[in-house]
Amino acid sequence: MADTLLLGTRKGLVVYRHSAGQWTLDRVHFTGFPVTLADRDNQGSWWAMLDHGHWGCKLHRSDDEGQTWQELAGPAFAEGDETKPGKPATVKYLWAFAPGGPQFPNRIWVGTEPGGLFLSEDRGATFSLVRSLWDFPGRAEQWFGGGRDDASIHSILVDPRDNNRIHIGISCAGVFFSPDSGKTWQVRNKGLRADFLPDPAMEVGHDPHLLVRSLQHPDVLWQQNHCGIFRSTDNGERWHEISQPDGPARFGFAIAADPDDPLSAWVVPADSDATRVAMDLALCVSATHDGGKTWLAQRNGLPQAHAFDITYRHALDYQNDELVFGTTTGNCYHSADRGGHWTCLHSNLPMIHSVRFV
Amino acid sequence: MLKFCGLRPASLTWLEHRRALPTLRFTAALGRFFPGLGQTDLPGTTVDEVLRHAEARFPGLRRYLLEDQGALRQHVNIFVNGERIRDRDRLSDALNEGDEVFVLQALSGG
Repeated sequence: MADTLLLGTRKGLVVYRHSAGQWTLDRVHFTGFPVTLADRDNQGSWWAMLDHGHWGCKLHRSDDEGQTWQELAGPAFAEGDETKPGKPATVKYLWAFAPGGPQFPNRIWVGTEPGGLFLSEDRGATFSLVRSLWDFPGRAEQWFGGGRDDASIHSILVDPRDNNRIHIGISCAGVFFSPDSGKTWQVRNKGLRADFLPDPAMEVGHDPHLLVRSLQHPDVLWQQNHCGIFRSTDNGERWHEISQPDGPARFGFAIAADPDDPLSAWVVPADSDATRVAMDLALCVSATHDGGKTWLAQRNGLPQAHAFDITYRHALDYQNDELVFGTTTGNCYHSADRGGHWTCLHSNLPMIHSVRFV
Repeated sequence: MLKFCGLRPASLTWLEHRRALPTLRFTAALGRFFPGLGQTDLPGTTVDEVLRHAEARFPGLRRYLLEDQGALRQHVNIFVNGERIRDRDRLSDALNEGDEVFVLQALSGG
């Protein structure tokens, strides 16, 4: 069981440690700087993705759990790469991180805005653009920004059965699958709906907000999408909508799956895509334990009035019956019983971008 | 005036050379990432050349100032003798002896 929580916030990386039966704030790194995502790799190193704004995005790695950090060169586009014709590509945001898996212990995947997937085979010393995806037919015309200026890669899933097989989620383009470590790509958007397009069934142009996998049942994928919640039981070949027709579990950003139970997942609903506050200003987490047939709103211990919180896509995580999520208004909530009861770990943090048990 | 100081010709040549170099100054905000970064004289006949010499002293500095393909980042400005540079894409603005190059950033946000 992980005993550390990494919170990427708008003003630094906040680390919690679990001891004597409780989580307590241990240390803050990069104070004052936005940390868009923080995670751990297969070898135990911590990674922090920073957005300095004026000075650009920076990638840092720590091999000693935050005692020291090394700034890496990070992903970068090469001369001549264009987001669209006439628009030179430059990394504007580091938004997805995935270790390559046990078969590739030195491999790191990073997804960016604009929609570049970068691969490192040397633990981040160097990165190269996955050109097969960048050159995928229609990228410049069919991919577009959803919330950010340009299309962005926010999800990277490495298949635990074969680490060459990866899915990525792109806002806005959809889900793409590679069977061969990024050499070739297939679109995996069947069954999704893009209500914001003239043709909601377009092959490309969907807006998955986050993809996750039920790790011990690897053909089961979930996504919180801009237009609902979707689940696949065939490794993304086809998606089925599982949104709650008359309940809060429809719109949102984050989703977490139980690795052992392919029928269980959690989302943090938000009120429509227009207002983006907690549903009815009452914060809840919605859980399903039957593959999305039914949803249960979990509110015990969460504020039920005047709550403006929403939860960003990387700011919900699950491990061994524990759930934790962070919000845009700097609240961090924890449950030790799969969402049955919640307690507030901290209530005046900066905006929380990401939460990870490591 | 130097001729009254008793300096040997070799020293005078060195001093004149030093005076000929452009002077590079940075906003103090960059000091957090590059301790030791201060006012320095560096060779170069364009802004780009001076920054390449600065990169040699402070590896990684250019990535803080420039986008992936070498253009100046949107919220970074460079002034030469108080005038904003014209070529933000290639930093080809010419430098003359003793020019003062000042790198700074916009202040924004909260």
